[in-house]
Amino acid sequence: MKDFGYTINKDRQIDFDKGDMRVAKFLKESEPTYNICFACGTCAATCSAGQFTDFSLRKTLTFIRRGELGETKNEISKCMLCGKCYLACPRGVNTRKIILKIKEAVEKYNL
Amino acid sequence: METATYLTSMNYDVTLIEKEKELGGHLLNWEKLFPTMSYGKDVVSFLDKGIEMAKVKVEVNAEITDAKKHGDIFTVTLSDGRKFESDAIVVCTGYDLFDARKKEEYGYGIYDNVITSAELEAIFLKGDEIKTTHGKTPKKIGFVHCVGSRDEKVGNAYCSKVCCVTAVKQSIEIKEKVPDADVYCFYMDLRMFGMHFEALYKQAQEKWAVNFIRGRLSEACENMDGSILVKVEDTLAGKPLKMNVDLLVLMVGLIPSAGTKKIGNMLGLNFGVNGFLKNQEQHCLTTVSNIPGVFFAGTCVSPRTINNVFVDARAAALMTASYLNNYEIEKRIVF
Repeated sequence: MKDFGYTINKDRQIDFDKGDMRVAKFLKESEPTYNICFACGTCAATCSAGQFTDFSLRKTLTFIRRGELGETKNEISKCMLCGKCYLACPRGVNTRKIILKIKEAVEKYNL
Repeated sequence: METATYLTSMNYDVTLIEKEKELGGHLLNWEKLFPTMSYGKDVVSFLDKGIEMAKVKVEVNAEITDAKKHGDIFTVTLSDGRKFESDAIVVCTGYDLFDARKKEEYGYGIYDNVITSAELEAIFLKGDEIKTTHGKTPKKIGFVHCVGSRDEKVGNAYCSKVCCVTAVKQSIEIKEKVPDADVYCFYMDLRMFGMHFEALYKQAQEKWAVNFIRGRLSEACENMDGSILVKVEDTLAGKPLKMNVDLLVLMVGLIPSAGTKKIGNMLGLNFGVNGFLKNQEQHCLTTVSNIPGVFFAGTCVSPRTINNVFVDARAAALMTASYLNNYEIEKRIVF
């Protein structure tokens, strides 16, 4: 067929019911403070890696909660595990442990 | 009720005029209260006990047809023709709930499984099981914040104050009754302004795993099986999101009641930009109207919590007594 140069954009909408909730479920079961994040973004604001890359733990967690895992592996690899986010979190979310658990889940589910 | 109790206790001759068949107002329709989860009926009993102890004169089923001021005397006429004369009036005409049909895009009154927060509370009060209209136990339940609040298109630009924490309270109660259900709250902000509200919100997350998605619902559509498809922008993800829920609960806001408008017009009271009665000054004269001798208590002035209403009711009693005694402090300059 002749290529006219047209493309179709992929649907950007999050289809929540078709989301992959394995990592969300795994985090919920392995770290109790996962649930109490209120998405303030302090972790991302203080993040050492975030100064030089577009890494945001807040955003990465939001996508995990919505079952969108396409970028999870790449995103979490940007973290340097300095732990500043854990110090800064006003709700006492154990962010460092959550990051390690996400890395574990990436291996476990071969994401 | 509390204003009448205090003023009667202070030896004033008070008549409490109620249009319904019993005292208590909206509180009679609410099972449990935020953030304590204590019972609404216990608060009504407390108020009833005050009326009983102070021996307040109460007129129920009393529809006011006229209220006028001549000189310093007010005359209130009831539908049965009886007239009451008084030196002062305290307006406690409260609020009505926003009619969710006006937000047609959410499908209330069109789709079976879209209900209001007040209807959910009625289910709790009756002790009924949580079911969809098709008799199934819902697996996914959505709560929509700000229905008829912060919405200039429906004429209500203000925040109704109590709905955010009510949604948190009701989502916890749903999880208590249907532990396997997933609950999602769709919000713009979570206004947990009260001392223990934030703790209730944290409890909803920590203990009950209630999910919070930031974004205002654009629309709800009914599927063939009666479930509801909701669309929202997940503003934390920066993407549009769709989700099916079995039951959708609309957190309806508070609007000035029909009674508030009626009595306000009869007496010539000032109304504020949002249609509630306007007080003399928003910091120090919250219970005082533009007409000498007319005072306000409760939600006729703005959306308020029960705690606020108690404080207000007693403040209104004090201001009324001060007016009736012609105290010098009454003549302070209003800036």
